[in-house]
Amino acid sequence: MRLTIERAALLKALTHVQSVVERRNTIPILSNVLIGAAGEKLRFTATDLDIEISEEVDAEIERGGSISAPAHNLYEFVRKLPDKAPVRLELNPDDPRLFISAARTRLHLPVLPADDFPLMPADGFDTRFRIHPTDLARLIDKTRFAISTEETRYYLNGIYFHTVANGSATILRGVATDGHRLALADTVAPDGAQGMPGVIVPRKTIAELRRLLDDAADEVEVAVSAQKIRFVLNDAVLTSKLIDGSFPEYARVIPKQNSKKLKLDNKAFAEAVDRVATVSAERSRSVRLAIESDKVTLTVNNPDAGLATEDVSAEYGDAPMEIGFNAKYLLDVAGQIEGESALFELADSGSPTLVRDESDEHALYVLMPLRV
Amino acid sequence: MVMERGRGDVILCRDCAEWTDQTSRCARCGGAQLIAHAELAALTIAHIDCDAFYASIEKRDDPALAARPVIVGGGTRGVVSTACYVARAYGVKSAMASFKAKQLCPSAVFVKPNMAKYAEEGRIVRAMMQELTPLVEPVSIDEAFLDLSGTEALHAAAPAQSLAKLQARIARERGLTVSVGLSFNKFLAKTASDLDKPRGFSVIGRAEALNFLAPRPVASLPGVGPAGAAALEKRGWRTIGDLRAAGEHELMRALGDWGRRLYRLSIAEDGRRVDPGGERKSISAETTFFTDIAALGELEDALWPLCDKVAGRARAAELAGRTLTLKLRDARFRTITRRQQFTEPTLLAQRIFEAARALLAAEVRPGLAFRLIGVGLADFTPAADADKGDLLDSRTPKIAAAERAVAKARGRFGRSALVSARTLKPRRDD
Repeated sequence: MRLTIERAALLKALTHVQSVVERRNTIPILSNVLIGAAGEKLRFTATDLDIEISEEVDAEIERGGSISAPAHNLYEFVRKLPDKAPVRLELNPDDPRLFISAARTRLHLPVLPADDFPLMPADGFDTRFRIHPTDLARLIDKTRFAISTEETRYYLNGIYFHTVANGSATILRGVATDGHRLALADTVAPDGAQGMPGVIVPRKTIAELRRLLDDAADEVEVAVSAQKIRFVLNDAVLTSKLIDGSFPEYARVIPKQNSKKLKLDNKAFAEAVDRVATVSAERSRSVRLAIESDKVTLTVNNPDAGLATEDVSAEYGDAPMEIGFNAKYLLDVAGQIEGESALFELADSGSPTLVRDESDEHALYVLMPLRV
Repeated sequence: MVMERGRGDVILCRDCAEWTDQTSRCARCGGAQLIAHAELAALTIAHIDCDAFYASIEKRDDPALAARPVIVGGGTRGVVSTACYVARAYGVKSAMASFKAKQLCPSAVFVKPNMAKYAEEGRIVRAMMQELTPLVEPVSIDEAFLDLSGTEALHAAAPAQSLAKLQARIARERGLTVSVGLSFNKFLAKTASDLDKPRGFSVIGRAEALNFLAPRPVASLPGVGPAGAAALEKRGWRTIGDLRAAGEHELMRALGDWGRRLYRLSIAEDGRRVDPGGERKSISAETTFFTDIAALGELEDALWPLCDKVAGRARAAELAGRTLTLKLRDARFRTITRRQQFTEPTLLAQRIFEAARALLAAEVRPGLAFRLIGVGLADFTPAADADKGDLLDSRTPKIAAAERAVAKARGRFGRSALVSARTLKPRRDD
């Protein structure tokens, strides 16, 4: 293998793939990135056995071949090279190491045979569709904050993507919940997505995908099977195992009869929550909302740290009530609301509360109240 | 214990709590209860244990009972909580089945326990202890460790004098007797308080500690129950002296960390401090099997009552824990602990059991037998906020309601009034 590649192109590809590589590995080859050179293309592939990211870049290839080398060291080295420097990669029969040189810097890296590198089989995808990166990014952004980290309910450790019939149209929906809050976002299902099996995409895959989406220009190809999902974004391919479990019947926790409507200026509300939460206890982070016709009084009373209150203007037409929420959960939801107003739909101080974005009817949030 | 008097002994009169140079009667008050010990003025760690606490309170409050054998416990189907010393003379013991106690001592008067009254009495006695030193570590309602170091100037009296005064004060003001053990660490103080009950005042000093311990059975060490003693005896270690002779290296090789602790105790070393705590840091329960167990099902059967016990104590303390610890000790005495965090704190036996069972299942392997299992709950928050369930979990509040009802029934009818079927499964231990 002998080739030359632009440092910028090399760095971009390595940046995309290396983050999937775990820092500590008991299986040595999992610390490596697979490098394959053929024709005009150089392909980098990294895996943690659950997620595989692969990216192709243009290179001047004198002699093809493939090998694997330590991902993090290669990435760090390339990152520290001067910009614009052409980088040479060479694998010589008389040296059992990968030789990398740029300007006056030379690096020899230990290698492991390419044949030992575990690749995910690319078969069995029954559902295929194309989606615009901004639509996919929106489904992720609106829901990922509610993904659970709790190991016992592992089936909550991802976003549940599935299709829902809505009259004659089909909706592609993302849902995430940790049991304390739920976030849901819809988009029109692209052609081909109809009949897709419901899939739970793990948190780490979501994080990797979201990074790749920032650099994705054209449409993203999505392929789904019962066990795996694959995203093709320009030159990058992300393949991931799915969470093997069934997502709960989330529809029954979305309140449908909450009659008390509260309208708040989202920005003013979020800032007020943030201020009063300064004195909240580390764990409960509980904020009490006393709701009246024209205002909501936010109170945090923490005997150890102090008492904070703030009034926020509101529109509310029902009997005054009090309800408590986790401040962080309120801020997470407020952070997703793009419109000027947040619309709360309440039942009573012990029942789940629905929050909507005035400007986006295709997303909703459910918050479980706290005892105050 | 009242040692044989030797040269260099200091002599304390228990009646007037003053030093004396007489050997038969106190020169000051004429009292005959003298304690003589060379280190009497220097020892500071005490263990105080109320004598037949529940029964003594009942006798005090009903003079008609004074001379009769009194058993505090739960009726004919329950067990003996406390037997007075008269009943003990018939062979009645704590935790004995009530029907058996009745057979042994047909004339016994059975009294239903009045826990509220005992708890109040325990608080009063504890408050008296706390007047002597802030370092009072309650072990249970009727016993505590006291560290009296540095109190000499405050009370213008040596710890032994303060303790004698306290003993007399409890008898005078509360009509109850306590036994005092005085030594230089918790293990020996506790050992001492047991030597001369009731109304005892026993002293174990540094000079005689090793000789005193040597002939005692290994089962008299803290943390060595019947199963532990059997395991030690199988290796030829019957007495504390045998353990000391085996040496630290040998004990550690055979028993791991437990061996090290046993060796330390055998040479009269106990590094545990008297910890008034105040805030409870953990609640745990463990059990040692007579025969090592490898089967997951049998281990689970042993695990459940421990979870139930821990949950009961958490409920009593109104605490919910966020961290669960599973402790296992294998046949080679290697101890492993596994921890898990609950996302929401709990005090439910069911949730503790489910989490502990998952940790247990991960440790069970063919050919690996365990001799001990334990479960602990820590990292507490107030119980009122716990086990509310969430959007997706409607099961936890139901379990919580069920366990509340069980706890209520047990509060009225005793611990054994309501147990899960699992508890009643015949086990190899039985």
